[in-house]
Amino acid sequence: MPANSGNKSCSGGASDSDIAANFDDLHKPLNALQAIGAADHCIYCYDAPCIQACPTSIDIPTFIHQIRTDNVMGAARTILSENIMGGTCARACPTEVLCEQACVYNHGDEAPVEIGLLQRFAVDHLMQAGGAHPFMRGKETGKHIAVVGAGPAGLSCAHRAAMLGHVVTVFEAKNKPGGLNEYGLAAYKMVDDFAQKEVAFLLGIGGIEIKYAQTLGENLSLQELLENFDGVFLSVGLGGTNKLGLDREGTEGVIDAIDFIETLRQTDNKAEMAIGQNIIVIGGGNTAIDAAVQAKKLGAGNVTLVYRRGEDAMSATPWEVELARKNGVVVELWAKPAAINGDSQVTSMTFERTKMLNGKLAGTGETFDIIADTVMKAIGQQLDIDPLKGFEIAGGKVAVTADFATNISGVFAGGDCIATGEDLTVQAVEDGKQAAHAINDFLTSEGMHNG
Amino acid sequence: MADLGCVIAGIESINPFWLASAPPTDKHYNVVRAFDAGWGGVVWKTLGIDPPVVNVSSRYGVHQDTGGGIIGINNIELISDRPLETNLREIEQCRKEWPDRIIIGSMMAEIDEQAWKELAIKIANSGVHGIELNLGCPHGMCERGMGSAIGQVPEMVEQTTRWVREAVDIPVFTKLTPNITNILWAAEAAKQGGAHAVSLINTVNSIVSVDLDEMAPTPVVDGKGTHGGYCGAAVKPIALNMVAEIARAAETQGLDISAIGGIETWRDAAEFIALGANALQVCTAAMLYGFRIVDDMIDGLSTFMDQKGYRSIEDFRGKAVANTVNWNELNMNFDTKALIDPDKCIECGRCHIACEDTSHQAIEFKVNEAGKRSFTVVDEDCVGCNLCAHVCPVPDCIEMVPVATGKPYMTWPEHPLNPLKADPISSQ
Repeated sequence: MPANSGNKSCSGGASDSDIAANFDDLHKPLNALQAIGAADHCIYCYDAPCIQACPTSIDIPTFIHQIRTDNVMGAARTILSENIMGGTCARACPTEVLCEQACVYNHGDEAPVEIGLLQRFAVDHLMQAGGAHPFMRGKETGKHIAVVGAGPAGLSCAHRAAMLGHVVTVFEAKNKPGGLNEYGLAAYKMVDDFAQKEVAFLLGIGGIEIKYAQTLGENLSLQELLENFDGVFLSVGLGGTNKLGLDREGTEGVIDAIDFIETLRQTDNKAEMAIGQNIIVIGGGNTAIDAAVQAKKLGAGNVTLVYRRGEDAMSATPWEVELARKNGVVVELWAKPAAINGDSQVTSMTFERTKMLNGKLAGTGETFDIIADTVMKAIGQQLDIDPLKGFEIAGGKVAVTADFATNISGVFAGGDCIATGEDLTVQAVEDGKQAAHAINDFLTSEGMHNG
Repeated sequence: MADLGCVIAGIESINPFWLASAPPTDKHYNVVRAFDAGWGGVVWKTLGIDPPVVNVSSRYGVHQDTGGGIIGINNIELISDRPLETNLREIEQCRKEWPDRIIIGSMMAEIDEQAWKELAIKIANSGVHGIELNLGCPHGMCERGMGSAIGQVPEMVEQTTRWVREAVDIPVFTKLTPNITNILWAAEAAKQGGAHAVSLINTVNSIVSVDLDEMAPTPVVDGKGTHGGYCGAAVKPIALNMVAEIARAAETQGLDISAIGGIETWRDAAEFIALGANALQVCTAAMLYGFRIVDDMIDGLSTFMDQKGYRSIEDFRGKAVANTVNWNELNMNFDTKALIDPDKCIECGRCHIACEDTSHQAIEFKVNEAGKRSFTVVDEDCVGCNLCAHVCPVPDCIEMVPVATGKPYMTWPEHPLNPLKADPISSQ
């Protein structure tokens, strides 16, 4: 992959400071004046639709009212009590299809309340103020829970379990916590190392230890966890990526978009990232958009996002697609990959036009080539099931009950590795929170049986 | 275009918009800017007997709504702190430069006949159109036996008014304080003393807020605060009622009214005129937005009058007085029900929760299978209180629809459930 090659010859002529500016906050935070104005816009609905639209059920009208009454710390506590990663969600949530889409102002053809920005205003206020962690650990239960994966689901579960009085050890395969918050979200959504700051804040509750470089199936076994812990929460995310299924997929320059995004996130000085001149991104989700937009911001000359269906079918929100276009990304619809061209290094790709035929997507036979020195695949991720022997797998994901219990007693799972995982931080946080309660119930009832 | 000219206490003004006696009218510079902006007149900041008072630093506190809008100002400033002669010379200058604009001299003194008369004569000699007696200042000056200390005693109101009437031959306005139990007592006293007009309301005695860091009322003066005079939009309802009381009462018939209290828009102005005001005084709105706000007051009032076919202020002045009655004169048989327009409803639920928690449980809340929320009034339970219509954020979404009961007008004294109802047989 081209990242970190040290070769900046293809950075498109953009200066280091231009590139740094390109990776500024996508949505600038509200200042106090703007927050007052935005908060004052909220009607304070009863049984508000926005609460129902939030996967973590944050009491949005209440926290906005608290901002209005100058109780910003209280607003932050209202948010964090339902969603301990309210800071990341405020930055990364596709609010345009969640809370803000449900805002009643949409019925009146008025702009919805800026819920995401208000949430960020409140949570940032609390985190910047520092001081004591806003939540207390419950009475020590003497129970010890293992969490596998320090992403949003795992950390959310760990925090809630700590609140419930349990001791938690989190096992993380990488050397840093945060999961996709740290490695997967676009850099301009998570400026100033926010993912790490949020993890540090979250750990402030106490009772949680994170162990790094612990990979399930390598230096960590489920058996050992079952023996040493009272309950296990599996939040390993999706380790594998989908393949195009074409010849020469291993050609130099053909990479996974998530690897590009991860490398970019781990590069402090973005100007050090080398970027190609002609880039193809394949896929229709937010990962594809994030990769394409960030490639453009790094100074790539031509970035073409190719998707096999129409725009309506894209899982990226219309707002995200528009963001890509605004950043100069060419969106090529109704075209599917047909061939990777080039000997040792990719030089172009051939695509075949598609159309809907009898309700099914079909190739038309018409093909065209796009020149490329880099091809980024963003066609979805898959669960790496090798380390998960013994687990019931359904639809390629870990099968769980409504209470997040797997088929193995005492082992629960949540986040992207289960079927409801929507590739959204906010859903992962909710899974983790609910799973912590389920584990708590399990441990409590188990205790009753044993006692 | 409607004629906005008005007459009060025999004084003709090009429009009813005057600036009230306050910081905006305390010197030549401000007053000519106000006239230039279109104000019909000013009541000069209250003059006292030299030596001038000394004011403190930090003088205003405010009452804000949650959006940061100011609904009221509290001030602890005293009367003019400049020498009397300086003020009088500037008044003369303004009169010369703006002959078609009204200047009223506001004054106060201790309860001493000679003091009142001498000061009134000096002010009258500066060429003012009239004199206003400041009997309302509820802070500072009252501690020296002036302002509301006089205004709260009807006998003193009458006495000071009479002294000024005896001393000068120009119109006399007695400015009343709202910090009393019954405005009519003070208004009657002013009338007895010979006032041509009453000006009301002066500011409401108040503590506008407490600084919770300094633990002192605002505005905080070196760690301490005092009660002050509250004005602005928040006091308008108090002023409207007091103006109406005077306009309605037989005892105060014939007194002209210069209405003051939270007038910020043309609509506020029209409401005071409808309740009988001859002219208006404005202060807070100018302090918040500058003298330019008079533009829309003039334009809006004129437009309103044109739309209604009123050619002059007199055409609608006092038109709402006859409809302002005692509760006992209201029709007990009138019935009105809320009606929610589902096409305009944005499903916020504010009407429902207001009714459900605090009123009559008359708005039904349902969610259909598609998640659509609906709010429907249950007519049998609706008492027509209007709360839902007031809290609804959508204009004209909830309408209060009168019910055709077919019943006659019936007041409480006539009502069968009134235990004190006059018995038609025994009263014969």
